[in-house]
Amino acid sequence: MIKQIVLAAGIAAVAIGVAACGERPQVVEYKQGKYQGKPDQTPYEAAPFAGNKTEWERAIKTRNQSQNEYKRT
Amino acid sequence: MARMKFLCDAERCIECNGCVTACKQEHDIPWGVNRRRVVTVNDGVPGERSISVACMHCSDAPCMAVCPVDCFYRTEEGVVLHDKDLCIGCGYCFYACPFGAPQFPQAGAFGVRGKMDKCTFCAGGPEANNSEAEFKKYGRNRLAEGKLPACAEMCSTKALLGGDGDVLSDIYRERVTNRAARGTAGTPPFGWDAAYGRPDAQKAPAAPAGGAKS
Repeated sequence: MIKQIVLAAGIAAVAIGVAACGERPQVVEYKQGKYQGKPDQTPYEAAPFAGNKTEWERAIKTRNQSQNEYKRT
Repeated sequence: MARMKFLCDAERCIECNGCVTACKQEHDIPWGVNRRRVVTVNDGVPGERSISVACMHCSDAPCMAVCPVDCFYRTEEGVVLHDKDLCIGCGYCFYACPFGAPQFPQAGAFGVRGKMDKCTFCAGGPEANNSEAEFKKYGRNRLAEGKLPACAEMCSTKALLGGDGDVLSDIYRERVTNRAARGTAGTPPFGWDAAYGRPDAQKAPAAPAGGAKS
């Protein structure tokens, strides 16, 4: 009877002792040097350009050149 | 498309802070956060120079290098952006940045430091273009509208230029060449007169030695 109690207590002690081993890691593992966030859209992906990169580049170029007062009228 | 860059012409900046105001208004920036600011060297002394400073969207950005959670990324246009959902507000990027670009909202009690906020080159962040979520976290996405940053586009003296780095170089080169060409005897080729003086007035020949009849 005593042997059974000791055995049960031993099993319980071991079970409690290794209980923490089953926990999942709570710290996020980051990969050094690689962006970990959400992916971003390209500026011409959505409206009003709807994927037309050429049109977007033309719009940006026009805006760019409008900063040059030597070429503005 | 080359890399998007800012260029500030210290000969032209008049420290009006219009760029700062435009930025705050465009993105609904809270008090205490200044994505852009004007720095003046030798303030109050004749010959003072001002320059508008924000995130310079470095090609080899130190903020990206030091971020412990790797929340920074660079778009194909060369704009350095970050994911606020990932940012832990540690402030490493602030210490690493040579321009003091990263800003931290401190609206909470006990000086709590919020997630980092910085100039996005008016390119928003990792949310759907021009969505409400993007505006709330990162501000307006003008690039997706085919526009350039508000600060540069509204600069009254065109001291602050923003856009494709190659085009900016061409604009600035032409400007400097014109300034140098306008420089006459007694007039420095650079400076206020060269930057703002009327070209015809600057090109006018000096009065003859005998003096003109008044």
